[in-house]
Amino acid sequence: MRLTDRQYELVALTAFAAVAPHLPRLPLSFAIAIVFIAVLRVAMRRRHAGPVSAWIRVPLVAVLVGAVITQYGTLFGREPGSALAAGLLMLKLVETERVRDARAILGFSAFVLMSALLFTQTLAATLGLCAVLALLLAALHALQPAPLDPAHPLRAGLRSGGLLLGLGLPLALASFLFVPRLGAPLWGAPGGDGFGRTGIDDRMSPGGLTELLVDDSPALRVRFDTAAPAPAQRYFRAIVLWDFDGTTWTRERQFQEPATDSLEALSPPVGYEITIEPTDRPWVSVLDLPVEAPENTRLSSDRVVTARGALSTPRRIRASSVTTYRFSITLRDEERKRALSLPEGFNPRALELARRLRAEATGDDAVIRAALANFNASFRYTLSPPPLGRHSVDDFLFDTQAGYCEHYSSAFVVLMRAAGIPARVVTGYQGGWMNEGSGYLLVRQSDAHAWSEVWLEDRGWVRVDPTAAVSPERIERGATAANRDSGWFGTEWWLEARNHLDVVNRLWTETIVQFNALRQRSLLTPFGVRDADHGDLLRVLAGVLAVFLGVATWWVMRGSRDTRGDALDAAWRRLRRRAARRGHEARDGEGPLDYLARLQNGIADEHARGRVTEVVHDYVALRYAHVAPPPERIAAFARLVRELRLPRAVSAHRRATSTD
Amino acid sequence: MTTVATHSIRQRVLAFAERRLPALTRLRRAEALPVTLHRRHIYVLPTRFGLAFGVLLAIMLLGALNYGNNPALLLTCVLGAAAWMSLFAGFRTLSGLSLLDIGAPPCHAGDALRVTCRFAVDDRARPSLRLGRGDAEVAFALPAQSSGTATVEMPAMTRGWFRPGRLKIWSDQPLGLFVVWSWVHPDVALLVYPAIEQDAPPWPRFGGEDGSRIASGGDGELAGLRDYRVGDRPRLIAWKASARQDKLLSRESERRSGDVVAFTHAALAPLDHESRIRRLTAWVVAADDAGLTWRLDLPDQIIGPSQGSAHRHACLRALALSTHAAH
Repeated sequence: MRLTDRQYELVALTAFAAVAPHLPRLPLSFAIAIVFIAVLRVAMRRRHAGPVSAWIRVPLVAVLVGAVITQYGTLFGREPGSALAAGLLMLKLVETERVRDARAILGFSAFVLMSALLFTQTLAATLGLCAVLALLLAALHALQPAPLDPAHPLRAGLRSGGLLLGLGLPLALASFLFVPRLGAPLWGAPGGDGFGRTGIDDRMSPGGLTELLVDDSPALRVRFDTAAPAPAQRYFRAIVLWDFDGTTWTRERQFQEPATDSLEALSPPVGYEITIEPTDRPWVSVLDLPVEAPENTRLSSDRVVTARGALSTPRRIRASSVTTYRFSITLRDEERKRALSLPEGFNPRALELARRLRAEATGDDAVIRAALANFNASFRYTLSPPPLGRHSVDDFLFDTQAGYCEHYSSAFVVLMRAAGIPARVVTGYQGGWMNEGSGYLLVRQSDAHAWSEVWLEDRGWVRVDPTAAVSPERIERGATAANRDSGWFGTEWWLEARNHLDVVNRLWTETIVQFNALRQRSLLTPFGVRDADHGDLLRVLAGVLAVFLGVATWWVMRGSRDTRGDALDAAWRRLRRRAARRGHEARDGEGPLDYLARLQNGIADEHARGRVTEVVHDYVALRYAHVAPPPERIAAFARLVRELRLPRAVSAHRRATSTD
Repeated sequence: MTTVATHSIRQRVLAFAERRLPALTRLRRAEALPVTLHRRHIYVLPTRFGLAFGVLLAIMLLGALNYGNNPALLLTCVLGAAAWMSLFAGFRTLSGLSLLDIGAPPCHAGDALRVTCRFAVDDRARPSLRLGRGDAEVAFALPAQSSGTATVEMPAMTRGWFRPGRLKIWSDQPLGLFVVWSWVHPDVALLVYPAIEQDAPPWPRFGGEDGSRIASGGDGELAGLRDYRVGDRPRLIAWKASARQDKLLSRESERRSGDVVAFTHAALAPLDHESRIRRLTAWVVAADDAGLTWRLDLPDQIIGPSQGSAHRHACLRALALSTHAAH
């Protein structure tokens, strides 16, 4: 059956809504191309409905496959797979003309919708996709012929779709709880391709953090065992960058050695639980400075915590850190060399400045103070700094004098190294918003920060934050306060509202997103089943489904019965039905007494025959002796019918020879 | 080719099911109207789209489990539950629907009988119902607490009583995932008029009561004779023709000045019974269209003379039900 314009456009709308969450992640030209083709087809179909020639469709599919392979190098995997699916969905719109095609599109849209959740798992995204699901059901509903309200197919469809979703919700939640989770994936290593997710990286170049600093999605949520550290102490350390090539800071080599027992705590350790949003990177951000490696992670000698494999799902980690500390080791030569090395031929003016500072000051402390005072004197904190040339540190220090954390930390470390003080760049997060009601610290991607560590002979590695010298409020009051003038974040009340709403997000992450095989196993503990295995879960699932479906079946069946005649007729029909099942079929137009005669003939057991005779006579008396038989007698008759046990029919001659 | 093969396999499976499981297919017995559909009449199976959708859900489930992605799993569960709920919604579309009666204005054999079924519903509206028999199918909707009709065309090949046989009432409302259907075998018979002979010759034209003949073609002369009936006046007897036929024949004499035409079954002697019926039908229709007054002489009855649609119906009905075999 051909689609009407309205049906077609509703289907197209659903397909667009399913593809929309994928578009920002797709290469721009690819996204524009597939949407353009689909929109073109929708527009052309308005003027002339009809199938599109295969000479156009087949090459389009070939081009699509080619484009995906060119872009990603393969068709398989999460990224290329979803790009291909989005493209195919759009191209399917081109050939859609009949109800069958439309249903195929809508089914496929559901798949594309679900695959969007492989990239983002936030509450907002899930709710949004569920709304698209309602649209999808509405579109399916609109494909039905002869609607009640042909003028408003979308309204009727949304009502029907919403009703189905709502009624199905208990069933959906029950299956969600009890579908056994896999301990290990069946194929592929989920995540880990690092596409499309923002997060702290192991590279830092001027402007590289900008993307992160304007992303106000949550990065970490931290719940402290005791009081939270003061705002100025809220440094979360992710990666230490040692190597500078003139423009980019990197971490060329991993430090394999476990941290030696060298840390001397000057304050009591702070215990906390940290929930990290997925980053598709192995780095684990922890409060500066971690005492030991948290469970299932590794701690390197420069106190960087890495997980085994990328964080593709939210991860909760218990850790403990000290905020005031001292190192009681000497710097190894290898490390000292690395912490002092500078690229040849870069930033001559910065090196000159460092030599001057060194000459004027007495001791490392004085050099550091002088450098910070230099920043404090004339530098400006901004998120939109002017671009820098080849000698990026020189340009920053002497010409532009405007930038944000990465500029300051980078320039400061270069100055320190040039002045002979071992130094390194540390990236991570700083600040966060304390949710007083729920007692946790919310750290957003926009709280990303970079600072420096310098080696002082008597204290070991010491954190120095040059940004604090320029913009103390960045450290004290957070990124929002520091960037108020730049307007990146929208109005303040909006962020404030979002901060408060984060409780919901956190609840979502903790209860739904992180519900894993481990927590599922303890689901049945209140019912006395410890460590429920797959079999237990499947049994519970089957039981719950059976109950739900039983209730639903009862609900739709109640009232759906044969309503001809009165209760007496119903009881009589019941008798005839049961007799028929036992082999005593009633004939058309046969009166009760004739039927009784045949029944008696077919029943061998004397007692049963007597009962049947009694019941049928009862019926005859009720039916034919009264205009309206009294209800209590009908009820008594119905009871008789219920209690009547009929033996299987025997033929007349077998009855003659049988002994019972 | 494959569709033909699957079609025939399907037919065979259905025939087998009907033979072995009459209770399931409800083929055997015609029921008196009205029939109310309830749980003993209603069957549910997934459609082909429903099965494909199930496979899709399974793939989505597997993907979500593999990636340990709970939101995706939740979405899959929500979609699956909604799909399952659509089964119950579909059942409720049919449950409680009553087929009140069936009627059709008579048509001529070879045409399609426009069979109109009148349905009534309780306080639930029923959209997207389908009524079908064989390949013919019609979609209709019934608002709540109303009665409505659905008309489906059924080809009627032979004259006489037409029994529609088993009708399928079905719906795959609301999502097209499950088909809910019910067979209704109403105990009704609908009248089908005989076919109209194509290019029928004009009827013979005779004069009035006095026997003065109006000139007509050679065929018409012979066609204007009928078997002698007691009471015919002697001068109406066609002696020469009677001698040839070895029995008494009377001349047709009804075409008076009052424009009464007589169509006589017996006068079409060389033709077989069915051909005569067809020709008489053509003449009746033509006479009525021309606004004439006519009389129909059948072997077992004489209808008229009269005119108008009631007379036309009486004649066509008699022709449709005529069982008299040709001599």
